[in-house]
Amino acid sequence: MELQLRGITKRFPGVLANDRIDLTVRSGEILGLLGENGAGKTTLMNILYGLYSADEGEILIEGEVQQFSGPGDAIAAGIGMVHQHFMLVPVFSVAENVVLGVEPTRRMPAWLGPALAGAFGAMIAGSSFALSWFGWPTWLWAILMAIVGGAVGFLARWAWPFLTRSKGKARRGGSINMREARRDVREISERYGLEVDPEAIIEDLPVGVQQRVEIIKVLFREAQFLVFDEPTAVLTPQEVQEFFGIVRSLRDAGKGIVFITHKLGEVIEISDRIAVLRDGRVVGEALPGEVDQNCLAEMMVGRPVELTVAKETATPGDAVLEVTDLVVLDEREHPAVNGVSFRVRAGEIVGIAGVQGNGQTELVRALTGMRPPLRGSIRIAGEEVAGADPRHIHRLGVAHVPEDRLRHGLVTAFTVAENMVLDSYHSAPYSRAFVMDWGKTREESRRLVEQFDVRTPSIEVKAANLSGGNQQKVIVAREFGRENVKLAVASQPTRGLDVGSIEYIHSQIVTQRDRGAAILIVSTELDEVMALSDRLLVMYRGKVVAELDPKQVTPAEVGLHMAGAKL
Amino acid sequence: MTAEAALRSPREIRRARYLGITYLVLSGFVLWFFGIGSWGEGIADFGMARPTDTFDWIPSLPVPAAAFAIGVAVVFAFMGGVQLVRGFGRWQNRILAIAFILFIFAFLGWAAAGQSFNLVGMLRTAVERSTPITFGALAGLLGERVAVINIAIEGQLLAGAFAGALVASITSNAWPGVVAAVLVGLFFGWVLAVLAIRYRVDQIIIGVVINIFVLGLTSFLTARILAPNPHLNRGIKLNSWRIPGLGDIPVIGPIFFDQTIFVYASLILVAVLAYTLFHTRWGLQARAVGEHPRAADTVGINVYRYRYLNVLLGGAVAGFGGAYFTIGTVGRFDENMTTGRGFIALAAMIFGRWHPVGALSAALIFGFADALAGKLGILQTGIPSEFLLMAPYIATLVVVTGIVGKARPPAADGQVYVKE
Repeated sequence: MELQLRGITKRFPGVLANDRIDLTVRSGEILGLLGENGAGKTTLMNILYGLYSADEGEILIEGEVQQFSGPGDAIAAGIGMVHQHFMLVPVFSVAENVVLGVEPTRRMPAWLGPALAGAFGAMIAGSSFALSWFGWPTWLWAILMAIVGGAVGFLARWAWPFLTRSKGKARRGGSINMREARRDVREISERYGLEVDPEAIIEDLPVGVQQRVEIIKVLFREAQFLVFDEPTAVLTPQEVQEFFGIVRSLRDAGKGIVFITHKLGEVIEISDRIAVLRDGRVVGEALPGEVDQNCLAEMMVGRPVELTVAKETATPGDAVLEVTDLVVLDEREHPAVNGVSFRVRAGEIVGIAGVQGNGQTELVRALTGMRPPLRGSIRIAGEEVAGADPRHIHRLGVAHVPEDRLRHGLVTAFTVAENMVLDSYHSAPYSRAFVMDWGKTREESRRLVEQFDVRTPSIEVKAANLSGGNQQKVIVAREFGRENVKLAVASQPTRGLDVGSIEYIHSQIVTQRDRGAAILIVSTELDEVMALSDRLLVMYRGKVVAELDPKQVTPAEVGLHMAGAKL
Repeated sequence: MTAEAALRSPREIRRARYLGITYLVLSGFVLWFFGIGSWGEGIADFGMARPTDTFDWIPSLPVPAAAFAIGVAVVFAFMGGVQLVRGFGRWQNRILAIAFILFIFAFLGWAAAGQSFNLVGMLRTAVERSTPITFGALAGLLGERVAVINIAIEGQLLAGAFAGALVASITSNAWPGVVAAVLVGLFFGWVLAVLAIRYRVDQIIIGVVINIFVLGLTSFLTARILAPNPHLNRGIKLNSWRIPGLGDIPVIGPIFFDQTIFVYASLILVAVLAYTLFHTRWGLQARAVGEHPRAADTVGINVYRYRYLNVLLGGAVAGFGGAYFTIGTVGRFDENMTTGRGFIALAAMIFGRWHPVGALSAALIFGFADALAGKLGILQTGIPSEFLLMAPYIATLVVVTGIVGKARPPAADGQVYVKE
């Protein structure tokens, strides 16, 4: 089979997200779709999956033009998508998630509906026995209503498929046959080697397993073409290898696969063919045997790119941050950080690697005062700050680039200028008594915008209207632009950014280090922490399980630690 | 032991400790007020049948109030001790329910000491009073399971009550009134649905507005139309219907099976929803819409259609429940006759953790409090009945603060869903 995209164009206000894109995927091949964040990959796949409709162009399967008005149509046409953010209901079981929307049902016995409706009718008549309409006795009414109810029941039975119209594998009837669902899940998981317990609840499962559930979900819908959107972002290097094994076996089973990523190494490793997307256009196609990473990077970004971070050897000074036996609870009151001790010295970058959800978020929150720790000590420049409030910690010279820039880094409804002084608006020179000094504020933010190369039409633009890269630059400018940063805590500093912004933010971090600041980088992108750090810590289940020299280890070794393997 | 202790979070430990202390305090309270307080007051005579029942000869149940209260106090002390020392683990909430029932009976024994008191009659009233609360809670649950918060239940109940009385009076027949109540409930469900789903207005605000609007409108129409035209508010109602067979069972029969169709319908609806929500395609898909609408969307479920359908259904259910106030009991419509039952219904929904059977249980408890408040005056206990009417709200506060375990609403509750 062949899936073809022909001349797909999609415009959003002010942006041409997809510009006449042509792509073809055949059964039994893996197409790598490489592109930076913002290149239009996700838009394209949402069009393919029926979530958006294209302004121009068409989708063909086996040469036939398809009309998708929603994901249901795409699923029915044999297209399956594994989303970057899993589309699983956390409180449902594996089997329930897999069958959602195409549930196998038990047939309701034909007499049940009419019988119930008849009984209801009789009851209505029976309970109004005091009223004797037309002089008829109550029992006559009861019988009559039973007949009417029965008729209504039959009518409803007949109308049911129209009322619950849904396409694809939908079957008649309402009662879900969970036993059949579990059996189907087990069958698929055995056939493709996707081990999972059909009765497990999603929120109790690790992400790697959740991804398997997503794949089973797609296979259950008998998809012929599978689209994976950044599937490796949440996996350890070992899990990535396992995942690649699964993808290859799916290809060998005759599925056509689209693998969307921005990771150069992975796209070369797994693809049979590579298409590179830039600014909404396909800028080139390549075969993985014929290109190297540098060449692909250049196609992806449009100019030669430095893939490593340029920095001198660190010359660490005194310890700035000392963490001892720290225990932090997460929202569900479980110890997410469970007895962590480490130090960060002035003039060095310490990286924390780990799979998402191993306590990094809570560690950073405790360090920056956003969540008081249960036990343990945090000393910054000699002062105990465990449980202190964020402003107090900030005043000690701590810069914080938070994990989620839209929720904790910026007020998106505020202007760039306002966001630039979010940490210092309350004191001179930006305010006096209760009154803001907007002149000073604008002056300072103009300086920062220029110094940190924030691309914004004006400082009066709302932060929400900037691109992700520029939003991140606003945060970095605010946090790093102060004098005398002693400690910088940066969490996922480059998540979802384009290569240019990544390069810039990395260089700012190194500059801060060379100025003498202590830097703590937390990132789930292993390549990033390995390139930036002078010293690498690995977190697994709330503990620091390894301290490594990034120059001495391979990603695979770090990956083993990330997976909790004892070496 | 240490491993298990480490797994329990500080909040859980604190909660268990509070519970233990509460039991001990209750023990002392029961001992002092109900035990010592009813010392020598003699026996509380609980009637177990009504004169109209099939088995009207069932003897009443004499309870020595003081002795019973002292026994309850001892049980409470034991429960408190166990709770503090090792906890009840998974049984914690069941034990709490038992404690609640024991406390109520100790209280009843004290209140009725030296008098006779028709227990079956009061429980029957409790079931009756719980009916509109059950309907309201089911209406709320239908909406919140697809993540639309329905604060307008109070208004929908009131509108249903009004329309029911008016149409029944016009047509001289209760059934058109019931149909009208359902349609009016449906209409206000539709208003909520359109504003909340299509126009994405804040759901709480719409709910409050509908409540105020309905209260104002029905009060106005009552004063201007019903009051001068008594034939439009004639008190047409449905009588209770003793189900043949079931209604003859001693004790249970008169409580549950000698009621109006509203009571039966509420019980049937609870059973139907408990089954359909958790065992049918509609239920699974609706819950998916309430928990993770985007996930539902990506598997081809029409999120908006489910939200409309459920909110409309909820409106119809609330309208039907509203008809209970007029057609199901007194027949006549009075200004603001729902008196906050819609809000109690919301409390029952939360108390019942968004489960139909839980909602029914909570509604029964609140209905019991309501019925008890009515009887307190007769028993001359000196306790203002308003205290008991506060019970649902206090119980809800307790639930929301998490002492009885965390009540977890559908994850997307109240959130607008915007298709990409």
